[in-house]
Amino acid sequence: MAQQLTKPARLDAILAECEEVAFDLEFTRAKQWRAAAPDRLLVGYLPIYIPREVLHAANALPVGIMGAGDRKRIIKGDAYYQSYICHLPRGVIEMALDSNLEGFDGFLFPAICDCVRNLSGMFKLAKKGKFTRYFDYPQNFTEHIGGTFFRELIQTVEQDMFKLNGVKITPERLNHSIALYNHNRRMIEEIYNIRQQFPWRLSAVDTYYILRAGLAMPVEDHNVILEEVLQLIKEDHGEPMDNIRVVITGSFCEQPPIGMLKSIEMAGCYIVDDDLMLGSRWTQGDVDENTVDPLGAIVTAFLTKSPASSAVYDVGNPKGARLVKLVRRREADGVIFCAASFCDPALLDRPELQKFCDAAGVAHINFQFHENTGQFKVIKEQAGTFSDSIKLWV
Amino acid sequence: MAQATEAVKEKSMLIQKEMLAELFTELSTAKEKGRKVVYTFVPGNLTELILAMDMLPVYPEINALQSGMRKKSASYIKDAEKAGFSEDVCTYVKCDIGMMLNGNIGPTGEKLPDPDLLLLSYTGCFTFMKWFENLERLYPGVEIAMLHTPYQEDGCITEDQVTYMVKQLEEEVIPKLEKVAGKKLDRERLSKMLENSSKAEDLWVNVLQSAKTVPSPIDSYFAGVYYMGPLFTAFRGSERALEYYQELHDEIMARKEQGLLPITPEGEMKEERFRLVVEGPPNWTNFREFWKIFYDMGAVIVASTYTKVGGVYDQGFRHDPKNPIESLARYCMGCYTNLSLPQRVDLLEKYIKEYKADGFLINSIKSCNSFSAGQLLMMREIEKRCSIPVGFIESDLVDPRYFSYANIKNRLESYFQMLAQRKTILSQEATPEQV
Repeated sequence: MAQQLTKPARLDAILAECEEVAFDLEFTRAKQWRAAAPDRLLVGYLPIYIPREVLHAANALPVGIMGAGDRKRIIKGDAYYQSYICHLPRGVIEMALDSNLEGFDGFLFPAICDCVRNLSGMFKLAKKGKFTRYFDYPQNFTEHIGGTFFRELIQTVEQDMFKLNGVKITPERLNHSIALYNHNRRMIEEIYNIRQQFPWRLSAVDTYYILRAGLAMPVEDHNVILEEVLQLIKEDHGEPMDNIRVVITGSFCEQPPIGMLKSIEMAGCYIVDDDLMLGSRWTQGDVDENTVDPLGAIVTAFLTKSPASSAVYDVGNPKGARLVKLVRRREADGVIFCAASFCDPALLDRPELQKFCDAAGVAHINFQFHENTGQFKVIKEQAGTFSDSIKLWV
Repeated sequence: MAQATEAVKEKSMLIQKEMLAELFTELSTAKEKGRKVVYTFVPGNLTELILAMDMLPVYPEINALQSGMRKKSASYIKDAEKAGFSEDVCTYVKCDIGMMLNGNIGPTGEKLPDPDLLLLSYTGCFTFMKWFENLERLYPGVEIAMLHTPYQEDGCITEDQVTYMVKQLEEEVIPKLEKVAGKKLDRERLSKMLENSSKAEDLWVNVLQSAKTVPSPIDSYFAGVYYMGPLFTAFRGSERALEYYQELHDEIMARKEQGLLPITPEGEMKEERFRLVVEGPPNWTNFREFWKIFYDMGAVIVASTYTKVGGVYDQGFRHDPKNPIESLARYCMGCYTNLSLPQRVDLLEKYIKEYKADGFLINSIKSCNSFSAGQLLMMREIEKRCSIPVGFIESDLVDPRYFSYANIKNRLESYFQMLAQRKTILSQEATPEQV
């Protein structure tokens, strides 16, 4: 029997710090960073993807706004949204109407669905931030068509920031920023790779804390944390369980409550991959970090290295095939389709993804959640049954 | 029990009925006659391009709404849900997919042909993209052309956006259409069609703006959805559409001259008590019942945003035969649901003022986040800017489970009472009693 090793105290300390930063809806750490110099900017962005490198090179801190989750009571937000709209925007508007987002200079709303699109208009109507942009990245992936449009879109945001702080993005600055984010993504992937082999060393919830904290602190600080975590999880600790291995998909925008992730794990499922913090892992591989045209490198990376996502037009490169490939690569036993209620992109993708799984013999279950779901008993039972059925029959 | 009566129809409506019957007959024989079929969407459609290449367009949303009106949508939706689609998602998509799963029988009872091309011109609705990704898998190997229409996020159409659209059209969309059609695009023919479009658009705008007259000769929402049909779907650019709009225009102008009120399915309205501006699509499953609540109360919709989903022509846009491709690009980006929320609020404010509306009503649709997300804030803005009573009801496009007649009627009756009360107060303020 494998010896059970205690989790290093240092890892516990890092996790505690990350949890605090990840769920601090006042974004204290980001605001402290902003306050330290007058030419710094704070730019909030909604899920999923923005080219954070460009913001970094403009001396702006990109801060991921992933909703209020189950950490804030929603009162005003519900008055702005009908019952059939997903939960994330009501939490975001609640934060905007309260003091949570005060001090942010601008907001970016990536083109992932009509709710986030219209939320950008609500921010404009409510006059939140010094600039607000719907970040309408291209669904055309031809370099001189979609690529040119994407370059112009990014340059518009560059101008928004330049007007506020006068910082010019030089190729040197942008190459430097790209290198930092490349390093960040590489380390995240390495964590996932280690977890693939030794998922007991760092739980899915712990991984989530670490990644989500990175949305609200400078990348330099996050890289230090990742470096340390990597060192700590290279050493064995924890106890292997007789769990199945699953991939979670569908939670790329509205985030499930932590209690739900814990329930899935406790029900006997190691979550070996997921799309929870997809924006932090968007580019599959490196962006060229040593080039005379770093903006071009970011554009090319978006066109050629974006992951499978409900927010990206996938004809010719179907998400289902990519999901099955991920399952194989992670040696997972099954897929949990876990989408937020009323999330059109994820839920409209689900039947086709399930067909791909069926054709490949990949077991799957599905459930829906709200970010403030409080009852996990059914989910735990469902995930437990899934785990048992795979252990018994597959 | 009252007997169901035949709806009263204007001549233009009969012309439109004929046009639709001809189209569906053409579609039913398309394969044997070698005609190519293009599935595409209403907002930002490229009908002139399709027609100029002698192809036939099919609009899945129109099929879905027709299924809704013919009481077939409930079972189609259930079948799509059995196939794995969530209860939460767009019912147009589920109705369309359910219809396909049931043999793709169109509204006239004839089978619709499979598509030779899916033309995904997605304007103002992210779900369109997901919809066609699903269709592409339902028709394996079908050709597909994608036109990404940028959103007017900054309240205007930028030159970068126009260039992006024109490049997509010239380098990807048109070559794909030519490949499927088996012939080159005749650009002169396209220009001629755009000229027809532009003339029809002039007539359409006159029809819409006739509602500025008090009393209004038209209902811009319930009747408006019929009036807009040819221009928003398969006929824009054709001589037939021009003929239809000329007839419609003449009818409406004659009604206006005579001071007549809108025609309803039960005949002409006798009194205009309330003038309303409405935001959001109508419900299709109970369309006539829904309309009846309004005309029974003397409420006329003088302007609506739904009649702008296929183009906001009353704000000046016209297809331009001299600049065809750029004009198509600008058309796609100009449709109502591609406008930013601030633009939408400004437009509504303008309508309320120009059309002398007594009230503003939102029919919020469960299925349509593009319309619905943000409407409660829009409502507050309108209340603030225009100081008129606002109303809010909820229903769905084609899922009858989300149309609660009693609930909607109750809400509307209370709303109309509020409007009546306000009218009384305003008239008292205008003519104060002598002390």
